[in-house]
Amino acid sequence: MKKKKFRFSGLYMGIVFFMMYLPIAVVVIFSFNESKLPVRWNGFSLQWYEKLFQNHAMMEALGNSLILAVASCLVSAVIGTLGAVGLSRIHWKTKGVLEYISLLPLMIPEIILGMVLMAFFYMLGIPFGMLTLLIGHTVFCVPYILMEVKARLAGMDPALEEAARDLGATGFRAFWDITLPLIMPAVVSGSLLAFAMSMDDVVISIFINGPRISTLPIKVYTQMKTGVTPEINALCTIMLGITFLMIILYSMLQRHKEKKQKGRPIRP
Amino acid sequence: MKQYKHLIKPYVIWAVLLLVIPLFLIALYAFTEEGNEVLTLSFTLENFAKFAEATYLNVILKSFKLGIITTVICLVLGYPLAFMISRYSEKVQNILIMLVTIPMWINLLLRTYAWMNLLADNGIINHILEYLGIGSISMMYTDFSVILGLVCNFMPFMIIPIHTSLSKMDRSLIEAAYDLGANKIQTFCKVIWQLSIPGVLNGIMMVFLMAISSFVIPKLLGGGQYMLIGNLIESQFISVGNWNFGSAISLILAVVILIFMGLMKRMDKQEKQDD
Repeated sequence: MKKKKFRFSGLYMGIVFFMMYLPIAVVVIFSFNESKLPVRWNGFSLQWYEKLFQNHAMMEALGNSLILAVASCLVSAVIGTLGAVGLSRIHWKTKGVLEYISLLPLMIPEIILGMVLMAFFYMLGIPFGMLTLLIGHTVFCVPYILMEVKARLAGMDPALEEAARDLGATGFRAFWDITLPLIMPAVVSGSLLAFAMSMDDVVISIFINGPRISTLPIKVYTQMKTGVTPEINALCTIMLGITFLMIILYSMLQRHKEKKQKGRPIRP
Repeated sequence: MKQYKHLIKPYVIWAVLLLVIPLFLIALYAFTEEGNEVLTLSFTLENFAKFAEATYLNVILKSFKLGIITTVICLVLGYPLAFMISRYSEKVQNILIMLVTIPMWINLLLRTYAWMNLLADNGIINHILEYLGIGSISMMYTDFSVILGLVCNFMPFMIIPIHTSLSKMDRSLIEAAYDLGANKIQTFCKVIWQLSIPGVLNGIMMVFLMAISSFVIPKLLGGGQYMLIGNLIESQFISVGNWNFGSAISLILAVVILIFMGLMKRMDKQEKQDD
């Protein structure tokens, strides 16, 4: 009786997971297909990848995306880390409000954030381009880093820093030598998340990119609107590969962190 | 410790400059007349009155309709899945939950585009149907394709909170129900379902809010003319150029979402107090 039930639930789960993964599998498979129509398998070929790498506009957009993601991650890491450290030290009444504000970008739909920023930049007269993209991307990158660092700080023993101060370290030294190394893993994993978000973002970017600059997701989005092409299949497959690489990297980082924490009897 | 207080300054400046002021600006836009300069404001409620016009009312009703349909399908399909996952051993559960979360990491564009491959008029499903002699059906650019896209994209957000509350549940409660003579259906209705309600509400809220504010999915799977609230906002800002009306729509959407979020937080707190 029990076995039968498990078989049924296995079947049901199989169907749902099949629905979730089938379309992605189709994209990957047909990116290697020789024919242009994604219907019949005509034989293995890498021609779409070749065409993709010869597509200058696409490569330029990829370059823009990478520059943008790295830059906005760096800026956000500084703002987010300082913000988290600062938040852990203040006891103002405004603390709750400040924490709530930090979560706003994750709660408000992207489309609203996008148009809010567009209206704001327009009013200030900042020309749309790389700068507006960079500023705009920090809006959703900072919260990820802030949250990770905040969680890490909450698990940290404040006595460590006090000890450093007692031993004569200046406030800056104590922060630089004690606190920063301890929260570094959180800064890195937060930045990794932020990097992934920045590389993926299309909705916010589309409002603030201006006519001349295009990021990879925007380029992909405009091409997708015209329909299915094998070149996009190839690009999606590459993006999928990178995503999986990121997941593995991130989970390795998490595991490393856990091991380290287990090894130490006293909490860092 | 005091010297660290100024560390927060860059963050505060960032938050005020990029979140508080712009959001305030949108509220200002929403209540002012079209085409007036920033400094010579004349206030009006006209932008909100515009919602009563049939075209816009339809868009909003349709968004809510699709949002509700998507949420219901996600719940009906996702609850059994979360329930089944929670019955396995912890190791298997971890693997299955990972399988559920992986699609969340994959780019939204990619996930949506993947369906275009299948649903297109000359796509795979239609070829199979033709091969079977049923003849092709036009599936792209319909409500069906949009709902399918929404359901597949947001399903994990329904499954995960439900699974969390189901796996947190104390097993002895179910055994107690059986011991007291309840049959399977009674146990489910009176014990399991009741205890999983927080997770269900969480999932419903997330899926519904994401579905009504989605923008890329209806655009890609519904075609250029397909309008939900998100698309309406975009068109007001980019093609029509009526920022004031666009702001009014956004303001309403944002307020609705923040109210929902506030309610959810309060429920979470209550639940913690009950524990």
